[in-house]
Amino acid sequence: MAIEFILNGKPRTVDVEPNMPLLWVLRDTLGMTGTKFGCGMALCGACTVHIEGVATRSCVTQISSIAGKKITTIEGLSPDRSHPIQQAWIEIDVPQCGYCQSGQIMSASSLLAKNPQPTDSDIDDAMKGNICRCGTYQRIRQAVHRAAQLQGAAVKTSQSGSEGNNEIAPDAQPVEVGGAA
Amino acid sequence: MSAGTTTKVNRRNFLKTTAAGAAGLVIGFYLPRNSEALAALPEGAAPATLNAWIRIGTDSSVTIQIDKSEMGQGILTAFCMIAAEELDCDWKKIRTEFAPAEKIYFNPAFGTQGTGGSSSVRSSWDPLRKSGAQARDMLVQAAAQQWGVEKSSLRTEDGAIFHDATKRKLAYGSIAEAASKLPIPLDPPLKDPKDYRVVGKPTKRLDTSIKVDGSAEFGIDMRRPGMLYASVTRCPVFGGKVASFDATKARAVPGVKDVIQISTGVAVVAENTWAAMQGRRALEVKWDEGANANLSSEGISQLFADRAAQPGLDARREGDAVAALSAATRKLEAVYEVPYLAHATMEPMNCTADVTAGRCDVWVATQFQTVSQATAAKVSGLKPEQVFIHTTYLGGGFGRRGEMDFVVDAVEISKAIGAPVKVTWTREDDMQHDYYRPASYAKLSGAIDADGWPVAWTTTIACPSVMNARYPERFKLDPTSVEGIVNIPYTIPNILIDYQRVEPGIPIGFWRSVGNSMNGFYSESFIDELAAAAKKDPYEYRRHLLGKAPRHLAVLELAAQKFGWEKPLPAGRFRGIAVLFAFESYAAQAVEISVNRSTKTLKVHKVVCAVDVGRPVNPSTLVAQSESAVVYGLSAALHGNITIDHGRVTQTNFNNYPVLRMNEMPVIEVHIVPSEEKPTGAGELSVPPLAPALCNAIFAATGRRIRHLPIRPEDLA
Repeated sequence: MAIEFILNGKPRTVDVEPNMPLLWVLRDTLGMTGTKFGCGMALCGACTVHIEGVATRSCVTQISSIAGKKITTIEGLSPDRSHPIQQAWIEIDVPQCGYCQSGQIMSASSLLAKNPQPTDSDIDDAMKGNICRCGTYQRIRQAVHRAAQLQGAAVKTSQSGSEGNNEIAPDAQPVEVGGAA
Repeated sequence: MSAGTTTKVNRRNFLKTTAAGAAGLVIGFYLPRNSEALAALPEGAAPATLNAWIRIGTDSSVTIQIDKSEMGQGILTAFCMIAAEELDCDWKKIRTEFAPAEKIYFNPAFGTQGTGGSSSVRSSWDPLRKSGAQARDMLVQAAAQQWGVEKSSLRTEDGAIFHDATKRKLAYGSIAEAASKLPIPLDPPLKDPKDYRVVGKPTKRLDTSIKVDGSAEFGIDMRRPGMLYASVTRCPVFGGKVASFDATKARAVPGVKDVIQISTGVAVVAENTWAAMQGRRALEVKWDEGANANLSSEGISQLFADRAAQPGLDARREGDAVAALSAATRKLEAVYEVPYLAHATMEPMNCTADVTAGRCDVWVATQFQTVSQATAAKVSGLKPEQVFIHTTYLGGGFGRRGEMDFVVDAVEISKAIGAPVKVTWTREDDMQHDYYRPASYAKLSGAIDADGWPVAWTTTIACPSVMNARYPERFKLDPTSVEGIVNIPYTIPNILIDYQRVEPGIPIGFWRSVGNSMNGFYSESFIDELAAAAKKDPYEYRRHLLGKAPRHLAVLELAAQKFGWEKPLPAGRFRGIAVLFAFESYAAQAVEISVNRSTKTLKVHKVVCAVDVGRPVNPSTLVAQSESAVVYGLSAALHGNITIDHGRVTQTNFNNYPVLRMNEMPVIEVHIVPSEEKPTGAGELSVPPLAPALCNAIFAATGRRIRHLPIRPEDLA
């Protein structure tokens, strides 16, 4: 069955079984492996994507249910790791093994979109569905707060600046330490 | 040629093996006997093996071969730091590659190429420094020849060579090719640590950017042309076999291509992972459950208890603990027990293999490259040199990825179907077919004198042997079965630790911190019991007994000082402390909690860690690893419980095998003891102190001693 949707801003059509989860369509059919498989039951959050801007577990989302909708994956969050969440993640060196981080980042960016100044308790609520076995939670919390600052600064710049660009505060630029692997 | 002798790089071959435009100096580079590029070359073209870690391109890029697995512990960055320190290269120009399976990369701790036992920095500290120094020395030598000046008149910094007298400068890239033609020096001088500019400085990880945009490639992300996807169903009872199966319904599932029996179970092969999993659901298998079909956690516990009642193999005997106990008037006895635990890495087990007539490629998130190679060779019927292991990033390891079951799956299926295949385990497969942290049982006795100080300590440990599971029957007394208690550091005149090996038949393996995860809980809880019996402060009690253990004492004091042990806690808050040696390093933790006894709930507010790992290479990742280990230990103490019923694991997924989540996360502080000692283990060190420190805090709050993990609600009443 052909299903059309908007993936990271571009229209896509896939011809797959209608009950196939979005996760496997992304990973196997479309080759977009940034979204991870962790549990298959919406228990761990590794597969989190945005559907119409809302953090959603793609492992339990049938592809037929997203026809016509806008999907954002980790690959589409920003073209250059410039989303405040990504910037804060880099600044605070959040990831360890990194496997859960796509899901963490998608949950955190969804939180920040609707709540620009989340409290610790807001972070608990929004992030407790995302498991990290490396235990990066403390840094995730710190990075969500930092991203809120960066986003706030960006909003300010964009409101006062003549061009209204997306640049964030200069001290928030990630330190380039060289590419790996 | 053996290591340390002179060799030259065969330039023609080298060019073939390097990435675009990156010719230049290859220090200690050799063409791996089974590298892809070499496969096409005539025999005898490869120079002998030497060091094999550093390559410098004409563009001054420095490529470091990472011969250990990056599973979150930050080894990729630490190795680059160690090599870069001696090489004096430009940090921004460092690149990395995961090394192939090769003898040169054998870890002396294992005799194979592998990552585990917190051994990476310990085992690579010397070779990587030497490799960096060799490269630097050759570059300097080449520059000296080019300029016609004394080598000693040159200095290096940030990837360039300077002749200050004539204000000349050469980038490494411009001299790398000339340097590559020079002999490799046997023993280049190493830097004085006081001149270190990289090692010891908090340094950002090199793999962060690819882990925030989804581009880091884990084993599960592999894709090959023409690749099929497989899911394997295994007998739910350990040791069971396929009796028969009916694939009719499975084959009818859209996308399913094939159903085959393999040694580990029945594999459904399909055009995508989902179809393979759906096919598997429709598959009908009859199992021959075998001898373990009646195993249960209760039965295993009883077996441990029966065996612990008998004396075991001596692991440590000092003085006469039995006589001292019988003569003592103040005695304590306690039984402790912990369950099997799953590793539950975030990336479920998986492997991709492509077996053809004369070659086998394996893409795998493995902790053991050469064992993967040997396994794939055996299964495919090829020679090890025909097997190419491509190590990816690991989505968590914790010991689980040292096992070979997923490699066997992929290689067998690819060989059978004649196509590349990726096997992906479901979370349920991963949870129910792990090589578990063993369950374990301890019987402890202690006696204290009139002043409360211990005069005797005995322990019998009853548990399976992890080392014998890996290396069959090689160990009479597996040191990992008693580590964490055999080495109690306290001054006690009479000590007897013995070991009863019990093998119930559940697959077991290395689990972050191995025996320390159980025995550290026993030893640091029981010393707390003695302190309580003596009516002494548990911190001061330990301090008093650590006269012969200065590094234990230093971490204990640092943790207590940073925690503010001397200050009273706010009302309703309680604290516990523990100190342990593991992986040649020292760790202490102080934990602050509150307990709501009516709701039987617990909140962990703060964990203060102190660590002494010798010279810290990257203090940033040391802090991160300590945070990580606390979370791993806390997950186990609060939630971790694999139970066995009718020979199978009861738990299936994160709903019934919960792990720590954001809302349960305490504040963690990490303090590092400054040290000039050789670097020692860091990745597992801070797991074992957590459970005893936490349970000692619960005792302080409730007066109840927790002797079974995980902590149950009724323990908090």
